[in-house]
Amino acid sequence: MSVVSLNNIVKRFGAFTAVHRMSLDMPEGSFITLLGPSGCGKTTTLRMIAGLLDPTEGDITIGGQRVNDVPIHKRNLGIVFQNYALFPHKTIAQNIAFGLKYRGVSKQESVRRVRDALDLVQLPDVGDRYPAQLSGGQQQRIALARAIIIEPNVLLLDEPLSALDANLREDMRIELKRIQQQTGITTVFVTHDQSEALAMSDLVVVMSDGRVEQVGPPEEVYNKPASEFIARFLGTSNILAATCKDVSADEVLMEVEGLGPVTLPKDQTREIKPAEQCKIVIRAEKLHLASPGTPRDGRHAVEGVVETVDYQGQAARYFLRLGDLQLQAINMIEDSPFSKGNHVDIRIRPEDCVILAGEPS
Amino acid sequence: MSWMILRIWTALVYLFLFLPIGVVMLLSFNANQFGSFPVTGLSFRWFFKLANNDAILRAFETSLLLGSLTAVISTTLGVLASLALVRYKVPGQNMISTLLIAPILVPEVVLAVALLLFLNALSINKSFFLLLMGHVIFTLPFVVLVVQARLVNIRRDVEEAAMSLGASPRQTFFQITLPLLAPAIFAGMLFAFTISFDDITGTLFWKPGGVETVPTQIFAMLRNSISPEINALGTVMIILTVGLPLLGIGIVRKMSTKSSE
Repeated sequence: MSVVSLNNIVKRFGAFTAVHRMSLDMPEGSFITLLGPSGCGKTTTLRMIAGLLDPTEGDITIGGQRVNDVPIHKRNLGIVFQNYALFPHKTIAQNIAFGLKYRGVSKQESVRRVRDALDLVQLPDVGDRYPAQLSGGQQQRIALARAIIIEPNVLLLDEPLSALDANLREDMRIELKRIQQQTGITTVFVTHDQSEALAMSDLVVVMSDGRVEQVGPPEEVYNKPASEFIARFLGTSNILAATCKDVSADEVLMEVEGLGPVTLPKDQTREIKPAEQCKIVIRAEKLHLASPGTPRDGRHAVEGVVETVDYQGQAARYFLRLGDLQLQAINMIEDSPFSKGNHVDIRIRPEDCVILAGEPS
Repeated sequence: MSWMILRIWTALVYLFLFLPIGVVMLLSFNANQFGSFPVTGLSFRWFFKLANNDAILRAFETSLLLGSLTAVISTTLGVLASLALVRYKVPGQNMISTLLIAPILVPEVVLAVALLLFLNALSINKSFFLLLMGHVIFTLPFVVLVVQARLVNIRRDVEEAAMSLGASPRQTFFQITLPLLAPAIFAGMLFAFTISFDDITGTLFWKPGGVETVPTQIFAMLRNSISPEINALGTVMIILTVGLPLLGIGIVRKMSTKSSE
């Protein structure tokens, strides 16, 4: 059963369309991420679910009930904002108990639930302090406690980690996922950070220019990008022009720019005809570099020259020159990295090449 | 050496500014019947005389009433106007904002004469009510400026958070917005009161016959003779107009440290 459904929703601001006809079902208990660059419509979508914006067209249902005309304070939602949005004039305990006041919860019950919520976010002793006395990470935990104590139908997270510094962000990410799994609240998470999206989600919705580009589990969105935009936005990719030479029952022979003829396993969901032009995507970490002359283990290989090395500790990112093509490869470093000017053998497994859907742009 | 000169010069400037006030306060305690130097002895006689002067007491009453009403009306209007201008989209927003602030920019005499001529043209008689409205017009900008500045700093998402937790827009206003706005409202009110209490230019033009505020009363007394009572009155005014805002700032500071310690 889906808790939140968006049916053909459209949001226009004057002549500008922020969200184009969008439909989406969010299964109960799942963690759904709206991912995209700024201005892609993800926050607008979240605000429409929250009731802070009205959709221009289409219906939003929460728990089977159409909520278009239900004001925000009657939707039973928990929202966590980027800048915590704690009430500065109330203590932490008062902040967390705020939503309970409007739900007829008795004083004793309220005190007990606030204590439980503080335990859940692992800050049991801060109830009497004021928000300004806590660090950013602590404030965001309190904001989360305040949102989930009311047992919302849906938890909406609007870039909750982006105001935190890098180390804290990773801890909070793990913490957030733990709490979501523990409480089982259906959660909609908005972010522009692909690693957050991939690490936390059950379902990733990639958006661009107000349109949904792809919906799927993280591995699927990462490994089988539906468009060039997603391939470029998620991770580091090499996108190469290719022409189909021959198609058999389960294999496709492609003439790939810079790589020459490559036989790829046929993707059954993608129709392809001989002479068709298309693009293929190869993730940077799927290009294996080796010294020339070592065994190739049946992988497709071409020779290139290292142009730039971006050393990252356990891995290195290489910019490779291959005729007039530049490729990127990210490889783990086993003994010492290749250096600038080295001739290397670039090896590719055919199954790591993804043929992009749609016509080349 | 040049630092020394600068220091002495600065001290002289301050002395020039504050010495007269000091002299007034000193002379108000002088027993000498002409209220001038030399100081012949310490006495409260001028204060007692002041307390028995009916005209001054009446002026004091008028000023307190005028100041308080001005503060209440100005603050109410100012808070509502600021909320509308900051929180909602209003057609002609910038123009309304400028118009509300304009009375600060226009010289008070011009404003005073303009209003007076306007009332004459409409053949409306001067009254306490119109005097009050005049004071509201030129205290309103101060309230609007102070409240708007604070309101801009109250993040919208704090109010959105309250609503998402189940508070209606009304409850959100009283639970969240108003308490956060309180220091600014309080400060605006104090501003309005002291400005109204202090005002002479506009009041001289607008006051109906027979009504005197403290400043116009002092002015009238000065025209006849310089009585030492005026020194005592000056001292009371200084204590009131300096002490009240200081007290206010103290309270505001206390209120805001509570939420930001």
